[in-house]
Amino acid sequence: MSHAIVHRPEGFTLDHADRKLIAWTIYVGFFALFLGVVNGVGQALNYAHVDILKYFPGMRTYYQGLTAHGVLNALVLTFAFANGFVTLTAARGLAMPPIRGLVAAALATLLLGVGLAGFAMFTGRANVLYTMYAPLQAHWTFYLGAALLVVSTWLIAANVFVSHVRWRRAHPGERVPLLAYMSFVTYAMWVIASLPLAVSVLGFLLPWSLGILSGTDPLLTRTLFWFTGHAIVYFWLLPIYVSWYGMIPRQAGGLILSDTLVRVAFLMFLCLSIPVGFHHQFTDPGIHEHMKAFHTVLTFGVFFPSLITAFTVMYALEIGARRAGGKGLVAWFAKIPWSDPAVTAQVLAMLTFLLGGITGLMNASFSMNQVVHNTTFIPGHFHMTVGSAVALSMMGIAYWLVPYLEDRELRLAGLARAQAWIYTVGVLIFARGMISGGIEGMPRRTMMLNAPYSKDSWWLAGVLTGIGGTVMFVGAALFFVVLFATIFFGRRQAAPDVPFASTHEVPQTTGWRAQLDRLGLWVVASVVLIVIAYGPFFASYLPPRLLSRGYTFF
Amino acid sequence: MKPERYEDAFLAVSGAVLVAFLIALFLASRMAGVHVPGRDAEIDPNAIATTPPFDSPGLREIGPGRYEAVIVGRAWTFSPSEIRIPAGSTVTFRATSGDVVHGLAVDGTRVNLMLVPGQVTVQTQRFDEPGEHLIICHEYCGVAHHTMYGKVIVQ
Repeated sequence: MSHAIVHRPEGFTLDHADRKLIAWTIYVGFFALFLGVVNGVGQALNYAHVDILKYFPGMRTYYQGLTAHGVLNALVLTFAFANGFVTLTAARGLAMPPIRGLVAAALATLLLGVGLAGFAMFTGRANVLYTMYAPLQAHWTFYLGAALLVVSTWLIAANVFVSHVRWRRAHPGERVPLLAYMSFVTYAMWVIASLPLAVSVLGFLLPWSLGILSGTDPLLTRTLFWFTGHAIVYFWLLPIYVSWYGMIPRQAGGLILSDTLVRVAFLMFLCLSIPVGFHHQFTDPGIHEHMKAFHTVLTFGVFFPSLITAFTVMYALEIGARRAGGKGLVAWFAKIPWSDPAVTAQVLAMLTFLLGGITGLMNASFSMNQVVHNTTFIPGHFHMTVGSAVALSMMGIAYWLVPYLEDRELRLAGLARAQAWIYTVGVLIFARGMISGGIEGMPRRTMMLNAPYSKDSWWLAGVLTGIGGTVMFVGAALFFVVLFATIFFGRRQAAPDVPFASTHEVPQTTGWRAQLDRLGLWVVASVVLIVIAYGPFFASYLPPRLLSRGYTFF
Repeated sequence: MKPERYEDAFLAVSGAVLVAFLIALFLASRMAGVHVPGRDAEIDPNAIATTPPFDSPGLREIGPGRYEAVIVGRAWTFSPSEIRIPAGSTVTFRATSGDVVHGLAVDGTRVNLMLVPGQVTVQTQRFDEPGEHLIICHEYCGVAHHTMYGKVIVQ
């Protein structure tokens, strides 16, 4: 017995024009990734004291390149990919075409945002890193560009929400198809989460950079950044979870055990992704210790749905592998369809994510955090989350998604498989270097190449960082070769449907499980928890202290 | 065993592990006296030069074996950039920034602080072993950020 996670499993196809729009949205992200990894290799080699930055055209300082690396990879790539991919999964889940005007407007807004922020970054007017901590002050085009990137995600959210409401009206009493459910929750969480950043950029930083406000409040804008800034991690991750839950079980020949558990996991992300931001500010002044402790507890809470994911997705893989003749306690792992590059890349991403998750739990422990905060331990950690669980999964998804969107066969499948392994080996070496250096106090975001201080124990850490980063770059470059070959030289073929999975459990229309679909109620629950977690700080801190003028030390 | 039973068992163990980690974290922090900076004091970032104690940064003895290190971070120096204390001293770091956000990490200790304009960051640390510790600005603060450092010398 099994149940498809989409409405109308047979007979729905997406229009060519919609597919093209989705394709272009995703290509904007992959173009950003390309520029981002080119900068990244220079930064990794910096830790190995190898200077290739001086050969980079237009990149005058290390920090200019680091700003571009962060903005392009962590904001542009992730937003563009989420916009494109979740538009598809929402549409396929509901078996309803997306609202084309909104998707097109989102693409236009994204491009405008990339253009403005890109102008500021590449002309050296915004060397403030992607965290944009005031009172370092970027050119106004940087803040406006960043705001437009966020607005583009809101347009996609409008598309997802309106489609959802229309479907619910047309299908009263029915359970929301799981694929559409996951898509909805991803954007519902993000719309709430992105508001503080929007307030910070539009209410404080943009008017301040234009001279309308003479000063800004560094602690407040920083707190607003991290109010959004941890949840953004889940906005990177949830579209990937949509693939891990929604497609990987099918691609691996298995199925999802429990429909209910997937919905519970997503609701936990909706409620717990946001009220945890103080764990990025453990070492900050101005925030009460008790509030930091409270956010610690919730941060451990949001780890739970990721553990649910680990079980459900691994179990789906095991079902598939045993059906293919896999035996033993762990030997079945060899029977996962490693010949499919989409599966290979995403399973390797999952395995790397185990280490990424555990190191994240260390950062969230405030006592450990005092040892590793703002050391290279942190980028070591997040290159195993966003840098591989997310980025490598995006590459894996592209191996079926681009053929689907372009009506072409995947080219160079062997190279695609190799690419995933090379990238994984690279990121593990890189993270080993960064994490060991971080435990020894090696600072992140620092041009070690020219630093007047150093420690002997940083030498090996730096060399491993440089080697790992270079191997990662090779892995990423091969991805672009496969992508390019597929788009331009893939054999034409009619697209098969999206590889959506099915669940063992048939969703019940009565009982408490049906309450999981009352998404409006769960959004309210999420907001209430946020008010409890952030309310005391704002109530005791406001009004803003607009005392800091802008500094352009770059 | 039915797969649903594995699922229940996995979730129970996962929850228990997270709760155990949390208990361990809070217990260990209490027993080892771990504190993170809290809400200590605010300061007008444009009037640091005239606001005590930051009008005269430096080290002062506030009791037997107890010191207060008043530090101002500005691009791209700490003032003072060198602190000398006898072994066995307990130092309360009281620091702020005169311009942009800076970091202040004393290598090999739990002193790991952000200096945010308008706020005073406070952290106390005991230094038992003689030796040198780097003070590193570990938050990006402009084009020469990597040249901002200092030393704690324990004699």
